[in-house]
Amino acid sequence: MLTFIARRIIAGVFLLFVISALSYVLLSLPGADVGRSLLGQSASAEAVAAKNQQLGLDRPVIVQYGDWLLHALRGDFGSSWFTSENVLTSISNRLPVTISVMAGVTIVTAVLSFLLGIWAAVRGGWIDRAVQIVSVVGYALPGFLITLILVIVFAVQLRWFPAIGYIDASVSLSGWLSTITLPIIALSIPAIAGVVQQVRGSVKDVLNRDYVRTLRARGLGPNRILFRHVMRNASAPALTVLGMQFVGLLGGAVIVEQIFGLPGIGSMTVSYTTRGDIPIIMGLIMFTVVGVILINLLIDVVIGWLNPKARIAS
Amino acid sequence: MFSRLLYGAQNTLGGAVIALAVALVIGIPTGLLAGYYGSWFDSVSSWVVNLVMALPAMVVLLASRAILGNTVWVLMIVMGVLVAPSFFRLVRGIVVTVRNELYVDAARVSGLRDWRIIGRHILIVVRGPIIVQISLVAGVAIGLQAGLEFLGIGSGSTPTWGAALNEAFQNIQRAPVLMVWPGVALGVTSAALVLFGSSVRDILEEGAGEPPRAVALPAEAPRDADSAPRGTLLSVRDLAVAYARDGGGEKEVVHGVSLDIDTGRILGLVGESGSGKSQTAFSVLGILPQGGRVSRGSITVGGTEIVGLPEKRHRGLRGRTIAYIPQEPMSNLDPSFTIGSQLVEPMRVTLGLGAAEARTKAIELLRMVEIADPERTFRSYPHQISGGMAQRVLIAGAMSCDPELVIADEPTTALDVTVQAEVLNLLRRLQSERGMGVLLVTHNLGVVADICDTVAVMEHGRIVETGTVAQVLTAPSHPYTQRLLASVLDESDVRPPWRDPSTEVTPA
Amino acid sequence: MNATPLIELDDVRVAFTGGGLRRTKTEVLHGVSLDIRPGETHGLVGESGSGKTTIGRAILGLVPLESGSIRFRGERIDGLRGTRRRALATQVQVVFQDPYTSLNPSLTIGDTLAEPLRAQGMGLADARRRIRELLDAVALPSGAADRLPREFSGGQRQRVAIARALAIRPALIVCDEAVSALDLTTQRTVLELLLSIQKETGVSYLFISHDLSVVRHMSHRVSVIYRGDIVESGDAAVVTSAPSHPYSRKLLLSAPVVDPAAQAERRRQFESEFAGARR
Repeated sequence: MLTFIARRIIAGVFLLFVISALSYVLLSLPGADVGRSLLGQSASAEAVAAKNQQLGLDRPVIVQYGDWLLHALRGDFGSSWFTSENVLTSISNRLPVTISVMAGVTIVTAVLSFLLGIWAAVRGGWIDRAVQIVSVVGYALPGFLITLILVIVFAVQLRWFPAIGYIDASVSLSGWLSTITLPIIALSIPAIAGVVQQVRGSVKDVLNRDYVRTLRARGLGPNRILFRHVMRNASAPALTVLGMQFVGLLGGAVIVEQIFGLPGIGSMTVSYTTRGDIPIIMGLIMFTVVGVILINLLIDVVIGWLNPKARIAS
Repeated sequence: MFSRLLYGAQNTLGGAVIALAVALVIGIPTGLLAGYYGSWFDSVSSWVVNLVMALPAMVVLLASRAILGNTVWVLMIVMGVLVAPSFFRLVRGIVVTVRNELYVDAARVSGLRDWRIIGRHILIVVRGPIIVQISLVAGVAIGLQAGLEFLGIGSGSTPTWGAALNEAFQNIQRAPVLMVWPGVALGVTSAALVLFGSSVRDILEEGAGEPPRAVALPAEAPRDADSAPRGTLLSVRDLAVAYARDGGGEKEVVHGVSLDIDTGRILGLVGESGSGKSQTAFSVLGILPQGGRVSRGSITVGGTEIVGLPEKRHRGLRGRTIAYIPQEPMSNLDPSFTIGSQLVEPMRVTLGLGAAEARTKAIELLRMVEIADPERTFRSYPHQISGGMAQRVLIAGAMSCDPELVIADEPTTALDVTVQAEVLNLLRRLQSERGMGVLLVTHNLGVVADICDTVAVMEHGRIVETGTVAQVLTAPSHPYTQRLLASVLDESDVRPPWRDPSTEVTPA
Repeated sequence: MNATPLIELDDVRVAFTGGGLRRTKTEVLHGVSLDIRPGETHGLVGESGSGKTTIGRAILGLVPLESGSIRFRGERIDGLRGTRRRALATQVQVVFQDPYTSLNPSLTIGDTLAEPLRAQGMGLADARRRIRELLDAVALPSGAADRLPREFSGGQRQRVAIARALAIRPALIVCDEAVSALDLTTQRTVLELLLSIQKETGVSYLFISHDLSVVRHMSHRVSVIYRGDIVESGDAAVVTSAPSHPYSRKLLLSAPVVDPAAQAERRRQFESEFAGARR
């Protein structure tokens, strides 16, 4: 198991390296005149050149990347070209918001998808059909449309939740809950729609396995078979889908944070990337990719723990 | 308003079409090649795909807008690249399974070129799932694209549904109604695409649909109150098994089977595939597959009637009075639990043993079924042991609660013939030591001759002949039994040595 | 006995490369030699994992050799690729074990049978005529050509697979457990069909099976394979009824016979020869 984790971490670091190099080079490709856009149209050519030199943009891209990488390895991701904010500080200021939402979404999605999926698979009939229809609709509607509907119904019409803004948990716990509830629901609906199908499918599949029949023949009760044997065998594929949903969730977070005015990574992405602020964009990409790698590693570890065959094969 | 919607549709849908086209052009050929040829191309492309899938699409789209400029079409091409992996994975996965199908080997042996094999045998299998995936991805692409527009990214000047929603959202407090039409257009389009995809999938999976639930009716009493003495251990009278049919009604697959086993005797239930022999065995255990039920008859085990017995009491009999030995040793062990825990669990549940006691007994059982290193096997997972060993483990499990009746469903069919001989010896030994009765379901008349006392021959859901093994196998009376025995190849059926046809002299 | 063999395997070794980073090689055939003469059936008997299927696949060119050679009518055919390998398709054909996966479920029987004919460049009309002949030869109605595999039973599908193998009049057919998945009565009729085809066409068979009695019935000569080595080879009557190698004896004595008295005797013999020698 430890060698497996070590190997996955090494692979993850390599992936990070490749993505960082690729993104840096691509971001620098069009050679937009950063100095000009910083100083404005009225600035003299000399001033623009001086600004570019100051930012190190007159050097070859490879050298710029090498410089960035060396600093990044020491934990220094530089500062924004436009606002001079430190990249690391501004990301870590916004991280708690995004993490609260993401953690909430992951928990809600995992719990609800497993409950609904198992229920649909075991009971069949109209319950199964209802779960299927809801999941198709949840999958079909674009995430931001669901968000807008939630805002109109629960924030604008019913006024149960604030439509906009964020209150930190250290300020007011109930305020924190009221500001992140709608974002979590908005992001969970499409995620559940995806995962519940997989849970339902794999539970049905495992229920038809020979060993389930043999366990019944041994005199074990249906609940014991379902929650001990079927769930353990059905959760590996479901967790894999959950991991894949996570990447999509990060994208969804961009829109949801924007709509609810949450000061998280997502809304930061919108405001900074559009300007081509390379240090900030690089920092954001690195953080999200690390997040994706960590989540997938965690899921693989859980799958390996659940399923001895995967543990040995890997 | 309406004209704006229509015009917006053109842009929104056009964007999605571009993204899809890019994704298809990249994803499908690479998936086909990676799946069919494997090797380095597969490794490299799968790695790249994992890389792309680790990238959050929205962040990349925003970044590419910063670099490549504010054109919707360019963004859609980037999006196509980002969703291409889903096609790659889908196609590759299917091709990998199809590549190993025997019919692809047969086509290769027939002298078909690779591209014809891909065209004829592989594309035909992937086209359905690709259509499904196209509709799903189209829905996602429209959603993503509208999402970008909504954020005010993309081309500010072109009217799209997303942009319309954005405008409406600015005025949400004043006129939330503005959001309705673009929202409905977007929702209906995506939903239509996904529904189309899932109905195509349903059509493709037709037949693999789920079996209808069993009809909820009590079983009828056996029709002929026959006077023959009933077996002391197991007695089946006029057993009928029926399966619910799609769209109502039932189909009977076992039509009135009667058989008896006395304590300590072995009955062989013989028949070809589909004769209903396994259905009969499952009825005794009360573990008929979904949709099936005992529709008529009586089954008594040690005098207790089990047809119509509440499930809870029937469960009490399973694993205590009646035990089951299945056919395929490997698929009948739960891959996620050790052999030990699979033996211990039923003993703790049905016999109420403590953990330590159950463990000691499990190791004793493993020793009893002649497993060389019981301690090690106890700690092993199913995939770490051989098929013959797994069958011994299953026999140990069946013995764990000292059953009076063992239902063995083709217990040696999946084993090599040398292992079969050993397992039959083991079964015979355990049976005589413990005085159990055995219902042995098999298609192999040699196994019947080897181990059974009496035999019942089944054809098309009916028993055509019953008797002692010596009677039935040496002097069969029913034409079907006679035909079965005539099909058996024995030692006199030996082919004479080959002679060169060109030098062969015609006998005078 | 001195006619030139149709096909000749000499010291054939095959290894499979494991997955993962290490790519370890496992040898599954450790130098196998055998030959088949024109019109002869060579039976190959062994248990699962013995390598008997791999021998068949090596002859068909579906697995590469590690070393050794395979000659067809005196010419090396191992390692042939592309056009020359495809040309060999007219000579060597196959019938697989599983009648359910050896036919493409979405092609009609006619399409499946036309495939080898068209691959050899036969015209459409000629192919149709040949398909009718083939269905007739395996005793299937000519209307079968327009139907899909799922409309046929296991035995009927195996007849289709035999027809496909016969389509281009090969000199050798590899029968890999060709009747193992069939019921007893169906099995017998398919075996008789294979025998009568051999009598008419003079085709050779490599008959691979785990079932000694089937091999005995079908083969002029028999080889017993055990863990990648041929341990005994010779005339069917000798190898399958009075074998000398201990493993062949174990195979023979393990297979139960239907006469209860004879089986009791056989079991006694098995126990006296192999008692305590488990695994």
